Amino acid sequence: STASNIKPITKVLIANRGEIACRVMQTAKKKGVKTVAVFSEADKNSLHVTMADESYHIGPPAAKESYLRGDKIIEVAKRSGAQAIHPGYGFLSENADFADLCEKEGLIFIGPPSSAIKAMGSKSASKDIMIAAGVPTIPGYHGEAQDMATLKREAAKIGYPVLIKAVMGGGGKGMRIVEREEDLEQGVESSQREAAASFGDSRVLVEKYLVHPRHVEIQVFADKHGNCVHLFERDCSVQRRHQKIIEEAPAPHLSPELRQKMGSAAVAAAKAVGYVGAGTVEFILSQDGSFYFMEMNTRLQVEHPITEMITKQDLVEWQLKVAESQTLPLQQSDLAIHGHAFEARIYAENPDSDFLPGTGKLVHLSTPTPNSTLRVETGVRQGDEVSVYYDPMIAKLVVWDQDREKALRYLRNALDEYHIIGLNTNIGFLKRLSSHPSFEKGEVETGFIPIHKESLMRPQEPINADGVCLASLSLLLRENQEQSNIAAAQDQTNSPWSQITNFRVNSNFSRTIKFVQKDQKIDVPVTFNHRDNTYTFVVDGKKILVRDAKLNPANDTISAHVGDVFYNNVKTVPVKNYLHIFNQGNHYELEIPADFTPKGDGDAVGSLLSPMPGKITKILAKVGDVVKKGQPILLMEAMKMEHTIRSPIDGKVESLPYDLNEIVEEKKVLAVIV
Amino acid sequence: RRTNTISLGRCFTTSNTDKTMNILDGTVDRNSDQYKDNIKSMNNDLEVLNQRIEKIRLGGGAKALEKHAARGKLLPRQRIESLIDPGSSFLEFSQLAGFNMYGEDVPAGGIITGIGKIHGQECVIVANDSTVKGGSYFPITIKKHLRAQEIAQENNLPCIYMVDSAGANLPRQSEVFPDKDHFGRIFFNQANMSAKGIPQIAVVMGSCTAGGAYVPAMSDESVIVKGNGTIFLGGPPLVKAATGEVVSAEELGGADLHCRTSGVTDHYARNDQEALAITRRIVANFNRQKANSVVIEKSVEPLFPAHELRGIAPSDLKKSFDIRKVIARIVDGSKFDEFKELYGTTLVTGFARVYGMPVGIVANNGILFSESALKGSHFIELCNQRGIPLLFLQNITGFMVGKAYESKGIAKDGAKLVNAVATTRVPKITVVIGGSFGAGNYGMCGRAYSPRFMYMWPNARIGVMGGEQAANVLAQIQKDNMAREGKQWTPEEENTFKKPISDKYEQEASPYFASARLWDDGVIDPADTRKVIGLSLSAALNQPIESLPKGYGVFRIVKKKI
Repeated sequence: STASNIKPITKVLIANRGEIACRVMQTAKKKGVKTVAVFSEADKNSLHVTMADESYHIGPPAAKESYLRGDKIIEVAKRSGAQAIHPGYGFLSENADFADLCEKEGLIFIGPPSSAIKAMGSKSASKDIMIAAGVPTIPGYHGEAQDMATLKREAAKIGYPVLIKAVMGGGGKGMRIVEREEDLEQGVESSQREAAASFGDSRVLVEKYLVHPRHVEIQVFADKHGNCVHLFERDCSVQRRHQKIIEEAPAPHLSPELRQKMGSAAVAAAKAVGYVGAGTVEFILSQDGSFYFMEMNTRLQVEHPITEMITKQDLVEWQLKVAESQTLPLQQSDLAIHGHAFEARIYAENPDSDFLPGTGKLVHLSTPTPNSTLRVETGVRQGDEVSVYYDPMIAKLVVWDQDREKALRYLRNALDEYHIIGLNTNIGFLKRLSSHPSFEKGEVETGFIPIHKESLMRPQEPINADGVCLASLSLLLRENQEQSNIAAAQDQTNSPWSQITNFRVNSNFSRTIKFVQKDQKIDVPVTFNHRDNTYTFVVDGKKILVRDAKLNPANDTISAHVGDVFYNNVKTVPVKNYLHIFNQGNHYELEIPADFTPKGDGDAVGSLLSPMPGKITKILAKVGDVVKKGQPILLMEAMKMEHTIRSPIDGKVESLPYDLNEIVEEKKVLAVIV
Repeated sequence: RRTNTISLGRCFTTSNTDKTMNILDGTVDRNSDQYKDNIKSMNNDLEVLNQRIEKIRLGGGAKALEKHAARGKLLPRQRIESLIDPGSSFLEFSQLAGFNMYGEDVPAGGIITGIGKIHGQECVIVANDSTVKGGSYFPITIKKHLRAQEIAQENNLPCIYMVDSAGANLPRQSEVFPDKDHFGRIFFNQANMSAKGIPQIAVVMGSCTAGGAYVPAMSDESVIVKGNGTIFLGGPPLVKAATGEVVSAEELGGADLHCRTSGVTDHYARNDQEALAITRRIVANFNRQKANSVVIEKSVEPLFPAHELRGIAPSDLKKSFDIRKVIARIVDGSKFDEFKELYGTTLVTGFARVYGMPVGIVANNGILFSESALKGSHFIELCNQRGIPLLFLQNITGFMVGKAYESKGIAKDGAKLVNAVATTRVPKITVVIGGSFGAGNYGMCGRAYSPRFMYMWPNARIGVMGGEQAANVLAQIQKDNMAREGKQWTPEEENTFKKPISDKYEQEASPYFASARLWDDGVIDPADTRKVIGLSLSAALNQPIESLPKGYGVFRIVKKKI
């Protein structure tokens, strides 16, 4: 290309939020490109807003009124003087109309041409294009003819095992795996019967059934000058709820020949649609080494950092260059794989209830320290909220080392240092996953989580005796710390009443610290010897001596000799009536039971407490109403369940402190009836 | 010209001399027989002390504790633990009160008293122990309650009364009701302290019957626990007897009645824990600022270990030792600026700091002579003049006796010391580390001289004189009487005469005998002396020294040469 063709980008608008917006801005800043952020009402204080050179409010929290409003975003781009729009992933990134609109308005859409988006957007159309380009696709029969002879013939063509599915199917209904030809007839008949019963349509289709398949995708890159390269593969087999949670590059146990074959197929796929920019060709890989095209993602992927780590390239920088009409920075022959990288996605979700996404405040957040081989890609800070409006991903933890074994060890250690309090996360699950023997061996496949469910879902073991000591100790040390803070505030730091802790005349200070862990009461009697500053804890009837106990309030850690073990920098964080303790890779949550419920929370006669956090969905009584015992007062939705709150007595409604649709915390007074 | 040769620079050898010249040599020979004997004896004493205290801390026995817990009540010591700031200390007084006094056990005298910190504020806490005889007031219970109030009054400390008591011990009504320092004095003190702006708070956690009803009624603010706390002038049995009315205790004087109807109490609590949390909030709203009467420096630990005091404390009061070894283990950085080191050497005086607070130390280092008494008087006046608190380390068999000393007017010089001790305005703390005999007790600020706090080591002995001396004196008088009648005494007869006397003296000189009767505020482990003095002194400084009359100016006491 000649210099005159190049359209320099000096200002870019990022039409996205969260970590990807931050990620794009990072490279833009590095290249001296000015950044423009857009934000919804819910994101007005978000990290990406504070990171950008300019930020514009584009609407209410709901994405369709903000991040999906292409017209508003283009307006902002023009207002701010940005030449290009980076769509990130999700939202408008694969919206062909938006790409067209950008072009019409004279703005560079950092992505492929709309034609490529459209071509890859349709499953059937893209399959046809791939077949034409010689890219392998899943063999299957989708025809109208449903007679057994046709089905038998088609199945033989596809090759056993095959999968018979209801055309109208869903939820596994009518699905049959047939291993041998002689079983086909029975399989088809039962599938048709079930399909007819469930959907009123007995038609079935036949597809190749892959045993233990893997999800392997190829990163491709094309410029506007006809160059196209691949940047090797990523294995994203391990998924839950059809979403990736842990990815690695390169894929384990992939031969250089197969890599070469898949890479070439991916390049062919991209070229077939006239692709430009960053794209990912997803393949399903069979255990026998055969692979089939699934789809192409016409954007930068969530998991692009692992490719960056093993190729030492900055893909956002490549995107910017391609958008400026420059040629690709490297040729295929210049690209090579260095070492191994993992990405673990940290989500606000509850692995114990089928990975149900969660929301809430990141009350405490601390991460491993980023460096050139460890990246924490995130769009949130401590105190931020994971809201209901957007994806519940908190961060991506990316690590690199010379080989898979080292990188995996690195990942596990980094996960141990990732501490989040305030909402459910999958960190514990990721730790179990990354230390699973099969995962260690690289035996990844799309069914990994269901197959190993039992070992991956094992409930947390109860905290051990040393942990109980450390938890108790942290409470005592914090009390002392609080006392010295108060003393300092009252100018009494030098007072012996501040300097001498827990002194008792002719005896030792002793008390029982109480915790509750998952309905299990833990009582810990402790005695403090004020002469040598040691603590003696009694856990499970055993005495444990604790010496040299220190609290570092700056990072919430304690250090102490517990029996003959020295614990260094164990993090303990009290949040409301819970103590969180992060020790040896475990995150324990211990409730500190209250001695009494604070006034107003439930003592008033006939007051009704919320059984759990939730939303008021219906109010069935008014203040002043005379109600009967058992009469419903209001409805509350909590944990996807509706709860009816009933009057405990015959009486009169004295107060109803909450409004309709209001979110209520646990154990709050919902109504007072006297 | 001479001026050319004069250096105007400083003349110290090193600039640090004045920072190090006052460090005491506290080294002791831990292999000496005396040290070993002392340690052995002290360890025995401490074992006995700890065993006794351990038993006392259990209160009124298993059955009473069970009954108490069944009512959802916390034990008085648990109540105190929940009331004071977490992590803070509790300076408990007179744990041995009532010990071996009544032919029945009255652990801690049935009442726990002490100083604890609540929201950073040092407070006197008085907690009835209803597991001990229903929390009824024995004579010693009254004395201990009044002593706690005295400490509060003298040191300007707020009072928290955790009331759970059946009232006066009826069989002993003549010893607890009518006299000046009996039951009624409690309310007199409450009224007068309240008048002085010393907060009076009652937490009704059990019965407050008859006179006891006045504890919450006379308080500035009061809390009552639903179900357990009751207040009435006459309980249900008395009401029934008087008027025939049948009424439950809760109806007659429970939390609902007193918080909603009578207004006798101000705060309603559903259990002990809530009552104590409310009480902490009450204290948080006192709006009191601790007086700042003295210049406080950064605290430094002594250079010598405190536990060695157990080997320095004399097991045999006749054996002498250097009191500076004790001082070196009590004061900041073991630094002591001695005053009149070379004069009247049997009394050691000087300035030091304890937890950064200045103290003037007056410590025995032998028998008192005229010179030592005069030196002590001079030093006390210095402290009085400068507003420096005094610490007396008592180990005194008495003043020197004999013709030579009487003729030099030792009584007159002793009187000067007694005079200075009695009239000084500054707070005084006394620790009896050995003997406390005769007029030495007076000159060294014994109980009668109102030290703000007074403690004894387990090896200490107190009495008008030692048992052997007393027996000898009485035997001598007896012998003289017999001689007048022309009678003779065999050595056996003399011994039979002397034995019960010296035994009685020995028994009554014991720190247990003394502490049981509240002649002190507690028996303490020598190793804890610095901490106890520090906490006490800090509490004492709540009373601004400037607010107290200064008395007379410094004058030198001239000794007539003979």
